[in-house]
Amino acid sequence: MLHIINFAHGAALMVALYGVFFLHQKAGLDPYLSLPVMVPAMFVAGYALYRFVVAKASHGKDENILLVTLGVAIVLENVALTLWKSDTRTIETGYTFTTVAIGPAMIALPKLVAFAGAAIVAALLLAMMRGTDLGRAIRACAKERQGARLVGIDVEHVFAMSFGIGLACLGAAACFLLPAYYVNPQVGNGFVLIAFTIVVLGGMGSFAGALLGGLLVGVVESIGGLYLGESLGQIGIFLIFIAVLLFRPQGLFGARA
Amino acid sequence: MRQLAAIAAFAVAVALLPGLTGSGVVLNIAIMTLYAALLGQAWNILAGFGGQFSFGHAVFFGTGAYAAAVLQARFGWNAWATLPAALALGAAVGAFIGTLSFRYGLRGSYFALVTLAFAEVFRILANNVQFTGAGVGLMVKLQPGAAHFQFADKAGYLHVILAFVVVGLLVSWWLKHSRYGAWLQAVRDNEDSAAALGVNVFAVKLQAIMLSGALTAAAGVFYVQYFQYIDPSLAYGPAVSVEALLGPIIGGLGTIWGPILGATVLHLLGEATRGLVSSLPGVNLVVYGALLVLMIMFLPRGIIGLVK
Amino acid sequence: MIEAVSLSKRFGGLAAVQDVSLLVHPGTITALIGPNGAGKTTLFHLLSGFLAPDSGKVILEGRDITGLSPHVICRLGMTRTFQIVQPFAAQTVRENIAVGSHLHHRGRREAIAAAEEVARRVGLHAQLDKPASSLTIAGRKRLELARALATGPRLLLLDEVLAGLNPQEINEVLPVVRGIRDAGVTVLLIEHVMQAVMNLCEHVWVLSNGRLIAEGAPREIAAHPQVIEAYLGHGTAERLLRAAHA
Repeated sequence: MLHIINFAHGAALMVALYGVFFLHQKAGLDPYLSLPVMVPAMFVAGYALYRFVVAKASHGKDENILLVTLGVAIVLENVALTLWKSDTRTIETGYTFTTVAIGPAMIALPKLVAFAGAAIVAALLLAMMRGTDLGRAIRACAKERQGARLVGIDVEHVFAMSFGIGLACLGAAACFLLPAYYVNPQVGNGFVLIAFTIVVLGGMGSFAGALLGGLLVGVVESIGGLYLGESLGQIGIFLIFIAVLLFRPQGLFGARA
Repeated sequence: MRQLAAIAAFAVAVALLPGLTGSGVVLNIAIMTLYAALLGQAWNILAGFGGQFSFGHAVFFGTGAYAAAVLQARFGWNAWATLPAALALGAAVGAFIGTLSFRYGLRGSYFALVTLAFAEVFRILANNVQFTGAGVGLMVKLQPGAAHFQFADKAGYLHVILAFVVVGLLVSWWLKHSRYGAWLQAVRDNEDSAAALGVNVFAVKLQAIMLSGALTAAAGVFYVQYFQYIDPSLAYGPAVSVEALLGPIIGGLGTIWGPILGATVLHLLGEATRGLVSSLPGVNLVVYGALLVLMIMFLPRGIIGLVK
Repeated sequence: MIEAVSLSKRFGGLAAVQDVSLLVHPGTITALIGPNGAGKTTLFHLLSGFLAPDSGKVILEGRDITGLSPHVICRLGMTRTFQIVQPFAAQTVRENIAVGSHLHHRGRREAIAAAEEVARRVGLHAQLDKPASSLTIAGRKRLELARALATGPRLLLLDEVLAGLNPQEINEVLPVVRGIRDAGVTVLLIEHVMQAVMNLCEHVWVLSNGRLIAEGAPREIAAHPQVIEAYLGHGTAERLLRAAHA
């Protein structure tokens, strides 16, 4: 949205997944009930990360943001590795193996909940961007940073808020994801480029674009996997990513700047 | 001239190191530091002098490594003979990525992301193509002897990697004292101004990525000879891309000595932390990552920036 | 020297430059004036190759250079400066100017020597070792001029080289520009400082809303009814006249 490319997104997701894991393990909290803990915690972490690290490191160049978030990702990933070793961990809940029949398809309940959860988060975000002062301020900063500053918007605060919201979403994602997924120190890596691809595909800063981009990436991944096999199948996503950056950097659905 | 004398002094001092210590551990640290310095020097050409930050230098490293490994293991080439082929391939991959990226005007973080994606594409390809040994990787035959780029003791490897690093130093020196270097740095600082002064911005950037790619490929060739093994993650994984950028950023971007200084500081720190808490995996990488963050926050010009 | 033949450029719905034809004679200082948003800088972009025109041609010394890249045009003998100065901030004044002089000097030593010579011409020789980022606005304007001169152009396009300078600084730069012309370099400049236009120029072209509305000697332009009524306003016309008599 604000052209902040956060390399630490994957690592932050990993941290959130560990958070959910340990809440379940140590406090016996159900992953879905961890939401009210994880979302605010991740929001605060994101806000602080921007305010105290990213903002101080950018020196006005976006490469520096990329580098500093890369550094943060390396630190988080290896702290996790140091503390919790490279073991892959999963949790088991009463509903892990429950399936639901929708028409002819049998779908695992956790996946269904994850899907619904993602839809609700997306709807909330959209409503926030459209309907609140903060949402308008974020869009204003995205369009015209200098102008936003001139009309009295605290640009740094808006950036930090959106960074926090981004991480809060990861907190929510971790709660929905863990029952159907796993966690290890490297778990976030797979998501970083895919997230970039989705955003670039949809057009930076376009909300509907990101949703459509997500859908498209899912389809490409499945089709690629089907025809090229599991490992070679991922190549499609990266090729699309490169092609979009080169030929349509405004995204498939964005307007030409 | 003073710089050239310093380069000569550096070369002599490091070359004499095996005479001072026979310790394999010490020499191994020196070799790995020089190897990281070489990666950093190559990255520094494009990013430090040219302003184009790559996050996927593994694409050149892996290409050089696989060129050497495949030509040796599959076609029975002499290891030395693979070196020019690997350099040429590294430059060719650079020309390919550079032509696409610079023709379509990719800058800043977009260029960084595209290089990263290319490295991933190459990794997936290497994982799935038979002649690279796919996921299993490739072993290079054990053929001791300097004629085969294999040495009984570490001193031989040290001298080879030192020679590469000295070439890297000379290239950096040349960039500071030549027309091409002046143009490249002008492009880094302001492309429009450079173009108005008669600089062919596209060609200058393209030459920089080719030069950088070739030098990175040399590091790949060395890696294969030293470890006699390569696989897709070692070749094209993000670790090499990160290692390439750490040294110059910590030492000083766009300087002759920055990559070597940065690599030395990193490796000494890494060894120190490993020595202190040897049982914990990843702890030296925590230090690297934290150092990267702190340098960009407080010393964007690197350690050398402190001196100047 | 340079000729624009019915140049047009649109940005979406905005016709930035419409059917502009103009001619600059060798050895002159010619001005391009007009209100903000008239299309002057766009016209410079078209002439110097930073933008390709939608239609029309640019002829430099009898040669069609339409659509050529800026660096090719620079090698053919025409270069430009930017309204918003763009120094190579990380480098010294000497290194900045040497980028320009390298165009005709391959060797580092010759390029540096040529750069120092140019610095003397524009009055920057005392600041050769300073980083470009430490210069004042006036210093940066001179640096912009010096870099362009160092490429050895026969035609120089100056985009508001006096903007942001105080009257004393303007008076210091005027003889530099005249000296450039006297050394055989043709100059085309965009300028808002009318005193400078009146003092320096042999010929003036007036651009308004993307079209040329008048041309002539500075005094004629100052008295041109269309320019006065439609564009400059009465107060400006009087000031122009006063400046012309000064």
